Amino acid sequence: MFQNIGEILTLFGRSLRALPCTWRQRRKVLEQLFEIGNASLLMACVLSLFIGGVLALQTGPVLAERGLANFIGQVVGLSLCRELAPVMMAVLIAGRIGSAMAAEIGSMTVYQEVDALVTMNINPVHYLVLPRMLAIAIALPVLVLFAILIGWLGGALVSFYNYQVAISFDAYFTSLREGVDVLDLVNGLAKSAVFAVVIGVVSCHQGLQTIGGPRGIGRSVTKAVVNSIVMILILDYFLTRVLMQLD
Amino acid sequence: MNAIAQPGVGLTVRGLRKSFGDREVLHGLDFEVRAGERFVIMGPSGSGKTVLLKHLIGLEKPDAGEILIGDEPVGASGVMDRYRMAMVFQSGALLNSLTVGENVGLYLTEHRLKPAREIEQIVADKLALVGLEGLQDKMPGELSGGMRKRAAVARALVIEPQLIFYDEPTSELDPLIAVTIGEEILRLNQRTRVTSVVVTHDRQLGFGIAHRMALIFDGEIVALGTPDDIQASDHPEVRRFLSANFHFDKEKVSP
Ligand SMILES: Nc1ncnc2c1ncn2[C@@H]1O[C@H](COP(=O)(O)OP(=O)(O)OP(=O)(O)O)[C@@H](O)[C@H]1O
Ligand SMILES: [Mg+2]
Repeated sequence: MFQNIGEILTLFGRSLRALPCTWRQRRKVLEQLFEIGNASLLMACVLSLFIGGVLALQTGPVLAERGLANFIGQVVGLSLCRELAPVMMAVLIAGRIGSAMAAEIGSMTVYQEVDALVTMNINPVHYLVLPRMLAIAIALPVLVLFAILIGWLGGALVSFYNYQVAISFDAYFTSLREGVDVLDLVNGLAKSAVFAVVIGVVSCHQGLQTIGGPRGIGRSVTKAVVNSIVMILILDYFLTRVLMQLD
Repeated sequence: MNAIAQPGVGLTVRGLRKSFGDREVLHGLDFEVRAGERFVIMGPSGSGKTVLLKHLIGLEKPDAGEILIGDEPVGASGVMDRYRMAMVFQSGALLNSLTVGENVGLYLTEHRLKPAREIEQIVADKLALVGLEGLQDKMPGELSGGMRKRAAVARALVIEPQLIFYDEPTSELDPLIAVTIGEEILRLNQRTRVTSVVVTHDRQLGFGIAHRMALIFDGEIVALGTPDDIQASDHPEVRRFLSANFHFDKEKVSP
């Protein structure tokens, strides 16, 4: 996996250099955006409701025992927007969208469609990689924003209905507002933008590297997802470290 | 790039070698294709013809030797911008996510060479030329193998190339369509002076259209010359390849 990092960075550089061509590819970016939204918005919302819920369920009773139930909004709010929503959504999207990208580009590589593009002097990075990278880099932060908001709601519901915690919505959201400020939100969204680029570039790279028939495509998909998730989790630590310094 | 077709461009291959793993597939090929020429490459299955074509259009990097388009190496930056090239893949290689019409017009739309209305017209014309009129809105998956091949030929014709490579353009086609495609290869060459390199097993097509031809066996050129030279060759493999024919014993079938 790590011997590919050079190639992955090269592909990333080439897509950055392709950025001025974005306008020409706008239709494809929109198509990809639509596909990503369609495939993952509902799932993201449902999942984040439960993530927020389980956070409140785990921390609520502990805090309540020590008479700190009023802080629960803050705990749930912060952990969701700084850590859980960006990482969980990135993992979700790596599985849902990264895999699809690797499979699609992989089959295009195997069936010589990419070669055909090259012979027509159409740059596969412009035609295939750039629209996907852009779309995912736009879509993931938006999904994360949804996830944060809905996760907060999930936390509020559990805090209200769980008999061990049982604090009012009002108390929950007051605490949340005191604990979380805009910078925390920005922090989480910035992380997710980086994760999005990682998923996009790793999956597209893996797709373009595909060799062999259908089995090769399967291998590429698995690699794309696993490598994306590994990189996301490792990068998460360092990003968190850096962002903490900036705060 | 202007709309008026430019005359063909020549091609030089010197000492081309290629190995996959430790198996050498091309053992040092030397030949030249002149501008505007129809050059046919024949040889048995697995002899390296497709690999050779992929080198010629820059999809594969040679291990040794060089390939010049005009007088520039094929890999040099901007060569693809300066010369229009096209390749008809053995498998067709249509983009499966696009309709047949979008595939055929892809070069023009992506390079923004013509307004959409005009592209539609050109696509319709070229599809009609290969006998696929009215199939613009079908997806490649809905076509038969031979129809995909013909759509691929149409896609190459649209480019109005200066250098065109056909990999087995008539395999998978019925005799009638094969003749049409053969005629189209000839007509495009005569109309625009495009340099045409045709890989084929089809001896009739090969001898019918070639100015010159090369026979390649096992990654080596064993004969090169005009169709008459090749016919007169006394290389045993060439003789065998050219004279192979079906000889079925006529069974005595009882009614
Ligand atoms: N990517 C590759 N990796 C390894 N070996 C390859 C590769 N491509 C081609 N070969 C080998 O190179 C040899 C020549 O293949 P090629 O496709 O050029 O044959 P061909 O002359 O086009 O045959 P056909 O007429 O059947 O299309 C074959 O033995 C094939 O196994
Ligand atoms: Mg072949």
